[in-house]
Amino acid sequence: MTDSHAILSSSADRSSELTDASNSRPPSEGTIRADTAGDDVRDDAAHGRIERSAAVASELSGKNGSSFWQSLEEIADTDRFKDFIQREYPSQMSRFLDAPERRTVLKLMGASLALAGFNSCTRQPDEKIVPYAKSPEDLIPGLPLYFATAMPWAAGSIGLLVENHMGRPTKIEGNELHPASLGATDSFAQGTVLGLYDPDRATTITERGRTRTWEEFLDALRPAANVQAQRQGRGLRILSTTVTSPTLAAQVEKLQKLYPQATWTQYEPVNRDNARAGAIAAFGADAHVHAHYDKARTIVALDHDFLGGGPELVRATRDFMHNRKGRKATQEMNRLYVVEVAPTRTGAMADHRIAARPSQIGAIARALAKKLGLSVSAQELSGKAAHFVDALAKELQGANGASIVTCGDAQPAQIHALVHAINAKLGNFGATLHRLPPVDAMPQATGHVEALQKLVTEMNAGQVELLIVLGGNPVFDAPVDLNFAGALSKVHLRVRVGQYTDETSRGCDWLVPEAHFLESWSDTRAADGTVALVQPLIAPLYGGKTAHDIVAALTNDSGMSSYDIVRAHWHGEKPDSFETNWRRWLHDGVIPDTAAADVNGAPKDWSDQPSVAVSGFEIALCPDPTIWDGRFANNGWLQESPKPMTKVVWENTVYLSPTTAEHMSLDVGDIVEVEVGGRKVRGPVWVAPGHADECATIHFGYGSQFSGHVAKEEGFDAYPIRTTSAMWMAGGVTLRKTGDTTKIATTQDHVDYDVVEREVEKRELLRVRPLEEFKRDPHSLPKATRELESEGAPSIYDAQVGAEIDEGRRQVGDYAWGMVIDLSACTACGACVTACVAENNIPVVGKDQVRRGRHMHWIRVDRYFEGPKEDPRMHSQPVPCMQCENAPCELVCPVEATTHSPEGLNEMTYNRCVGTRYCSNNCPYKVRRFNFLLYSDYATETLKMQRNPDVSVRSRGVMEKCTYCVQRINQARIAAKRDERKIKEGEVVTACQQVCPAAAITFGDIRDLNSAVAKLKTEPHNYSLLGELQTRPRTTYLAKIRNPNPDLETA
Amino acid sequence: MAQIFHKSLNSLAKISIVASGLFSLTAVGYAALLFNRSPYVTNVDVARQQPVPFSHQHHVHGVGIDCRYCHTSVEFSATAGVPPTKTCMTCHSQVWKDAAILQPIRDSFREDKSVEWLRTHDLPDFVYFNHSVHVKKGVGCEECHGRVDKMPIMMRANTLNMEWCLQCHRDPTPRLRPRDAITEMGWKERWEADQRKDVDAEEHPKLNDLQIADELLEMQKGLAQKYDVKSLTNCSICHR
Repeated sequence: MTDSHAILSSSADRSSELTDASNSRPPSEGTIRADTAGDDVRDDAAHGRIERSAAVASELSGKNGSSFWQSLEEIADTDRFKDFIQREYPSQMSRFLDAPERRTVLKLMGASLALAGFNSCTRQPDEKIVPYAKSPEDLIPGLPLYFATAMPWAAGSIGLLVENHMGRPTKIEGNELHPASLGATDSFAQGTVLGLYDPDRATTITERGRTRTWEEFLDALRPAANVQAQRQGRGLRILSTTVTSPTLAAQVEKLQKLYPQATWTQYEPVNRDNARAGAIAAFGADAHVHAHYDKARTIVALDHDFLGGGPELVRATRDFMHNRKGRKATQEMNRLYVVEVAPTRTGAMADHRIAARPSQIGAIARALAKKLGLSVSAQELSGKAAHFVDALAKELQGANGASIVTCGDAQPAQIHALVHAINAKLGNFGATLHRLPPVDAMPQATGHVEALQKLVTEMNAGQVELLIVLGGNPVFDAPVDLNFAGALSKVHLRVRVGQYTDETSRGCDWLVPEAHFLESWSDTRAADGTVALVQPLIAPLYGGKTAHDIVAALTNDSGMSSYDIVRAHWHGEKPDSFETNWRRWLHDGVIPDTAAADVNGAPKDWSDQPSVAVSGFEIALCPDPTIWDGRFANNGWLQESPKPMTKVVWENTVYLSPTTAEHMSLDVGDIVEVEVGGRKVRGPVWVAPGHADECATIHFGYGSQFSGHVAKEEGFDAYPIRTTSAMWMAGGVTLRKTGDTTKIATTQDHVDYDVVEREVEKRELLRVRPLEEFKRDPHSLPKATRELESEGAPSIYDAQVGAEIDEGRRQVGDYAWGMVIDLSACTACGACVTACVAENNIPVVGKDQVRRGRHMHWIRVDRYFEGPKEDPRMHSQPVPCMQCENAPCELVCPVEATTHSPEGLNEMTYNRCVGTRYCSNNCPYKVRRFNFLLYSDYATETLKMQRNPDVSVRSRGVMEKCTYCVQRINQARIAAKRDERKIKEGEVVTACQQVCPAAAITFGDIRDLNSAVAKLKTEPHNYSLLGELQTRPRTTYLAKIRNPNPDLETA
Repeated sequence: MAQIFHKSLNSLAKISIVASGLFSLTAVGYAALLFNRSPYVTNVDVARQQPVPFSHQHHVHGVGIDCRYCHTSVEFSATAGVPPTKTCMTCHSQVWKDAAILQPIRDSFREDKSVEWLRTHDLPDFVYFNHSVHVKKGVGCEECHGRVDKMPIMMRANTLNMEWCLQCHRDPTPRLRPRDAITEMGWKERWEADQRKDVDAEEHPKLNDLQIADELLEMQKGLAQKYDVKSLTNCSICHR
């Protein structure tokens, strides 16, 4: 049940809160006070839980591996759940319970009728035209410009192409020429453009809260710096996140000459300390092992979510999909084995996956190494894990030089070293793996945690007189046992360069606003070493400064701008025909021939070390899938982007396996206290099917108190249990039930289909086939609607190709737009969702509205589980508007606000919509979104600058939905007409298609039989969602083709 | 006493009550309709105060400058483009360089600050009009903007209401002209005059106005085919 906080906070609308799935009370009893009614409500919930657990177990016991389900409530099919589903839009129900008087209704109706016509009798307000006094070169009003830049990131940058309208960056695309992007981006990069315009950013230089100028800051800094220069920099310390800029590294060299004893510390909460130590153990030096997933037949990920997070996601996904997409011609596919704690995107892609406690992953790695013939001490595995390792070892032995074994940052150094040894044994180095120097431009002598520890010791000892904190937020995210805030207070002069007035800024004397990377000149290296120039898309909105500016101020170069510094550095590095090259690099976004060369040299012989024993209940700590280490906490787009496997938004949760939760009699939304070594945090439980037993997963990043309007009071802070000795995992954890509950906001458990009647299998909403079966009989899948048509079902379009206007009312256009989504390739990364939000001015609605099922995303990624809840297979299905040829929504619109275009778009005219919502009711796919309230922000000036000027901003009371990015189609059509030609294949790229790292979405003209999309539609496993309704969707799916190991499939 | 009023007046009285109600409703509706189409709402033929009283009549008719000299992006972009101050100064740094009336222009150029013009042709923000494609398809400037060469101060020549847009979108042919005459003012009148002249020269019987109108429409039908002009009336052409 809802906790007291939630009830109080929504007193204005309290009845709607009570429509929680776990509540069996009728809404009219909504005025309970939490203190008096809490106990018996809790009893109800506990009762419901037991009932449900038993029901889930019995429901699943009779099933064999191929039943699909979306949430635990669904398979249980309890009365409680049915009740919830029958009130599909629960919040609406209660609103109409007060029977209005007949007279009132008549009065309102009369008034509405009388006044209905007058809303068009408005004068348009006067507007100004403000042309340039002197127009900049190349700028044509109305046409966007694109600039190449790159987003710096700890483990390597990602190259971007940014759309700029009249000097305002509005949309981020990937840079095809950049090796880490290849034209796509991840969800984070999409969100950065909103971060740029975040109204909560620090706007002015302040000294303990008082406004200052840059000159005043320099006047304060210089004397302190001069003192340090005389003392060889003994008391000067700089703390930053990972530096990937070669120019900054060169500047720091200069700094080091002036202040020889000063140190520069890099600390990142999501660091690669373990990987670094593992590489040193294996190779004798730090190394970044660059994996080429496209060359591997067998891939083993040990607690490594390589398709899930971080800057390598895009490249890794693209490479992985190279050999993954099932087609009728496909003979071979790669095979992915995953061992992990919590269900992740990588785990969902796996052909075989086992869930294991964090400490057990090492044991499995050891067992595998032993099977492969390395001398390792390994305990005997039993059951499924043993079988898994046997089959895996057998397959790996047959795939010499064509496999990849990889492990994640959370695993200890010795496992990393072991993995290097396994790969060496399998001959993967030089074939699928390349040993490159680490991406850091200024490699540290120690790992991040050790370096920070040293800095804190010095700070505590009073040795630090001037500390400059560049970026990051160490007071919030440093290991808690270091007590960074306490140490900070012992520093004489503390300067903070940051984007927000956050915890660290508040602990410092000076706050200098940091320039966003879209406002900065810099350079940055990608994971493979390639350098990209960072160029600004807009002048700093708040006079922000870059790290280059700060270092220049310390080295008495403050007359030089970041631009001068970066340019001068590269002029020195590559002087030959510099001017031409510089322009070329800025245009392309990459500096050629800067990729790192393979450092040959196999790992040293493996020397075994005993593994550290972990006992008791364990936790795994990971960065949050959508807000990472907390740096995107104030980003509404990313907050509202559903977490890949749970579809939770706006908060983090404590993941538990269904078995463990049942065992501890915990349920979704129960607040638990997690205690690790005397340190405690409180957070709500999420029951995650496929999670390992006897452990919990907690994502850190949430809970910052000072980040701004968006992040405030969302989620819980997990950093208080993250210590130097337990950065990623810990044992001996106590989980205590507090008795409090909360209602978690999620986008999927308000089920979108008519669930009570739904039979996923019968309707085959999601189709999955093993590769062998698909090869044997490609038509084992039910036929797509399009094929049914050719067998005589009535057709609207195909017979009329070329006809200008048919005899009826329908007009047939020059093109027939269609889309194919390949379910084999979708990793549920969510980049399409964020890209769609950015392109189409989709508003953020907030946690409370999501709880009511009012999220606005035009494309959602549905998640399905298959099989037993302890060990399900996971599938994802992106669902945008299907653009039905026989669209049910169009028939019911009383004002023709939704109509059909000759090119097959189901178009939505916002300004015609009167908000009846009949269309949404009649849509079988539930892809229409309604502006229940004024969600679009009309008030915040900076946010207006982000909006795509080619798409209307929708107001309250208007329905909206996916349009196949009609603005892009129209632009391409106009461009084609200007050149008197037809639109070329690939000229219209929808936002979701463009961003997709897996290239799972194909869009184009299906009438052109040579187009990629038309060819995909002839694949035997192409199918329509709910095609039997004869809606004739233009968006179809390719069934997911898996590649299971025959030795394991029957297990 | 005899009845003064005939019995039927009872019914008439009732009818007249209802009828007057209906009448006043209709009158109010009609008034609203008229109001909504009045220059007060549409700004048609209303001269507005601008920072500089720029005369299109002088520049277009008097000096003979082509539209595209200032409205440079009309062939490439959605907007025709209002020229930067620098364009004004290409001439006005030489001619009328001390005129008091041009002081705001000189100030703008010197201080690099924009001149803020009042928008005369303003579509609602949910309408996505594109100049370039209309120009390419042979719709002359004059079709929407009227005889700019006769406007000492810029005025709106048409309502820019949706019903007005749709007249042409439903039947574009009569609004077409050859691409080389896109910016010409009074093209139709000149073309018709030329027709008369040509015909006279060949000593044929003089064409009457109806025949000339037919000739014109025939020529425009040819243009529609040549320029591939179609009636586009689906919503997403303009609204998205």
